[in-house]
Amino acid sequence: MVNSVIHTKNLTRKFGDFVAVDAITFDVKPGEIFGFLGANGAGKTTAMKILCGLLSPTSGKATVAGFDVYKQNEEIKKHIGYMSQKFSLYEDLTVRENIRFFGGIYGIPRKELKGKIDALINRLGLNDEADKLVGSLPLGWKQKIAFSVAILHEPKIVFLDEPTGGVDPITRRQFWDMIFEAASRGITIFVTTHYMDEAEYCGRVSIMVDGAIAALDTPDALKKQFGVENMDGVFLQLARGAKRSE
Amino acid sequence: MKIFFAFVRKEFWHVIRDKRSLIILIGLPIVMMLLFGFALTSEVKNSNVAILDFAKDEATQKLITRIDESEYFTVKKTLSSENEIKGEFQKGEVRLVIIFPPNFQNDLRHENKSQMRLVADASDPNTANITINYASAIIRDFQSDLSNNKKLPYTIDLETRMLYNPQLKSSFNFVPGVMTLIMMLLGAMMTSVSIVKEKEMGTMEILLVSPMKPIMVLISKAVPYMVLCFIDIILILLMAVYILDMPIQGSIVLLLAESLLFIITTLSLGLLISVNVDSQQVAMFISLVGLLMPALIFSGFMFPIENMPLPLQVMSNIVPTKWYYNIVKIVMVKGLGFSYIIKQTLILLGMTVFFLTIALKKFKIKLE
Amino acid sequence: MASILIENITKTYEKGTVLALDNISFEVKAGELFGLIGPDGAGKTTLFRILTTLLNADSGKASVAGFDVQKDLWDIRKIVGYMPGKFSLYQDLSIEENLNFFATVFNTTVEENFHLIEEIYVQIEPFKKRLAGKLSGGMKQKLALCCALIHEPKVLFLDEPTTGVDPVSRTEFWDMLDRLKARGITILVSTPYMDEASRCDRIALIQKGKILEIDTLEKIIENNKRPLYSVKADERYKLMLELRDYADTETCFAFGSENHVVLKSNDKGFDAMKDFLSSKNYSDLEIKKIEPNIEDTFIKLMLESEK
Repeated sequence: MVNSVIHTKNLTRKFGDFVAVDAITFDVKPGEIFGFLGANGAGKTTAMKILCGLLSPTSGKATVAGFDVYKQNEEIKKHIGYMSQKFSLYEDLTVRENIRFFGGIYGIPRKELKGKIDALINRLGLNDEADKLVGSLPLGWKQKIAFSVAILHEPKIVFLDEPTGGVDPITRRQFWDMIFEAASRGITIFVTTHYMDEAEYCGRVSIMVDGAIAALDTPDALKKQFGVENMDGVFLQLARGAKRSE
Repeated sequence: MKIFFAFVRKEFWHVIRDKRSLIILIGLPIVMMLLFGFALTSEVKNSNVAILDFAKDEATQKLITRIDESEYFTVKKTLSSENEIKGEFQKGEVRLVIIFPPNFQNDLRHENKSQMRLVADASDPNTANITINYASAIIRDFQSDLSNNKKLPYTIDLETRMLYNPQLKSSFNFVPGVMTLIMMLLGAMMTSVSIVKEKEMGTMEILLVSPMKPIMVLISKAVPYMVLCFIDIILILLMAVYILDMPIQGSIVLLLAESLLFIITTLSLGLLISVNVDSQQVAMFISLVGLLMPALIFSGFMFPIENMPLPLQVMSNIVPTKWYYNIVKIVMVKGLGFSYIIKQTLILLGMTVFFLTIALKKFKIKLE
Repeated sequence: MASILIENITKTYEKGTVLALDNISFEVKAGELFGLIGPDGAGKTTLFRILTTLLNADSGKASVAGFDVQKDLWDIRKIVGYMPGKFSLYQDLSIEENLNFFATVFNTTVEENFHLIEEIYVQIEPFKKRLAGKLSGGMKQKLALCCALIHEPKVLFLDEPTTGVDPVSRTEFWDMLDRLKARGITILVSTPYMDEASRCDRIALIQKGKILEIDTLEKIIENNKRPLYSVKADERYKLMLELRDYADTETCFAFGSENHVVLKSNDKGFDAMKDFLSSKNYSDLEIKKIEPNIEDTFIKLMLESEK
């Protein structure tokens, strides 16, 4: 599939005898919001590391933004954005310094960067906070800045690893507004979350169980398929059958 | 008591399961001893010397043979004029030139007095110093052998006098040095890091919200390291005696007792650091810069304190390692008894009580 | 009888510049399962630390099981179980070793109180030789709960035990809390997940150091009710933007596949909104009146408190 931003076929990763990712096959289309769900230890993190070019698969095929995960790791890293709850920004740098730093890493030319930084700070409404240390800002703001930084270089796809953990309900939704906005500009979103209502914000959702993809469809279709009212129900039915817990 | 043993057992699990700390605990003293003992030795063996003998008599021949036979020197060349000395040094073949004046034996016999000159290649001042010292020792030996048969002793003019370490074995210096360093490293650094680790991991929070008294937490953290330090001391002493041929001149019991005191000093320093610091990195940094560096500089192990400017000499007095190093040298090398180290012991004791009091006072039973 | 009593507790950090808790008062009855619900940074952990005697409040009074948190520190430390927010067990010790160690620290043995943890422990027992650092999130959480329970505490403090844990493990965890409650243990638990509110007897909603509301879930929702509409269509992002631009819209937030809309004119504007959206030719447009859930209520209270 030439049209896919992510394409995997029988992608497998083993650690010794342990099959962390077991022959997963799926495609993510441009501009799609793709929810990547699964219980703790189902293999999500491993799969995501492979797709980000941080880990080589044991077998199977995968391309991200058209680049091969076996050989073109560096190319992949240039064309994706990444944000996780754990590492996002340097707490001891100011907002402006953080944006400049990450912009520089992704090779945005100096002249262009200056304008981009100002535009971004404006859009986020952070003019008063631009020169404050990131560490002093509320968690919700940090996450918004982190997301903006992750898509500053206009990547084809951005990976979000539990981006909204612990945030209040309003900020969480403001964060999703930003995701919707990015997707409407054509950036593909690949997101993991433990909030099942967030799964319904996604165009399509895959649910991993024991290293394999147990279900993949639109939230509506999944709800119909499992005869339940919300994604919580879908998730519980699938994950309850899981054999391994890590 | 049960709690205490559970704690100690847990602490040993931590140490045994963390390969890196295990290597530091057991490997470091061994590696340091071997490094200082063999690789980084400041002893000079089989140095090439050249002889410039204007006398060419029986006495000079005997002395030359003796120098050549010693393990420190090999007579490589015989020169005929002083002009050649520079050239030899430039070629780098010899490190030392020994010059006998004309009438060496005559002067000795008739005036009971003679002179000799030793010229060393001082481009490496340390080695030069050491070779000169070795040569002087051999010459003094020679002189006293000669004097044995005579009423009036012969004297050969040489200034250096080596007391207690006639063979100038460098192990006499570094074994006490390694002991102080290892104690600082394990006693202070490892203890502080292991306590701070509990803070970082959040386990301190659970321990605080338990009926266990905080002082128990500190003591039970310190005891395993005390045992490990003591094992290391014994390890170092065994290596010193059996591998490096350095006998313990004084009382072993006294030496171990003083070592135990110093271990407690370092532990109290470790506790003091840990109650004031919240991250392992900072604890490590403070231990290295605040404790290990002064220990290296001011104990007298690397640099003689007598040669330092006065302010630094005064400063060296507040460094506990100086006193322990002193004690070890006196007991181990000079073989003197407790009466010679009362002052040092009292100073260490005072410091320990001081550090421990502050550490316990500052230990918080809450988080802030 | 109140098992936990909190009166006018205020706490600041950084020499008074950061307000963590702002004059908080509430009580938890003996045997109650009480939920403290709010996002990160709301002050939940600070409150837990004050109640577990780890921090001193700037002002106000608090007691646990009748003991004052200031004066009777050692009494409280004997009778509470505490599970901090961060996983706080020894990662390089096995399940078994951790449990034995904490039992000893609390002057008891695993055998003595095994009945308390049995149900939970059997789930992780097959892995008892495994180091705690190598366990999955759900298993770590079970082990931490076992360790907090091993000395048969009267009051249990659980600070965000389910954060970062998948929904299946979360449900199981709450089932365990139900059984502990049945044994008469008072439980104060905090969580950022609003949906977990339904598992508590009573809840306090907390935001930026202030309690927004304290009551049973049903009453809190009932007391803060406003007409709420669910609006749904295929082009959700466009719909959301359009709804927000609509003059009568007070709030519009995404909820699952729907948008939840509150109108400034409440009921009166419903028909007008319906007409407005119908004119926009959305495919699959669905509009209906719905009952608010806890998250709707929390958002409403949050917005009110920020006014």
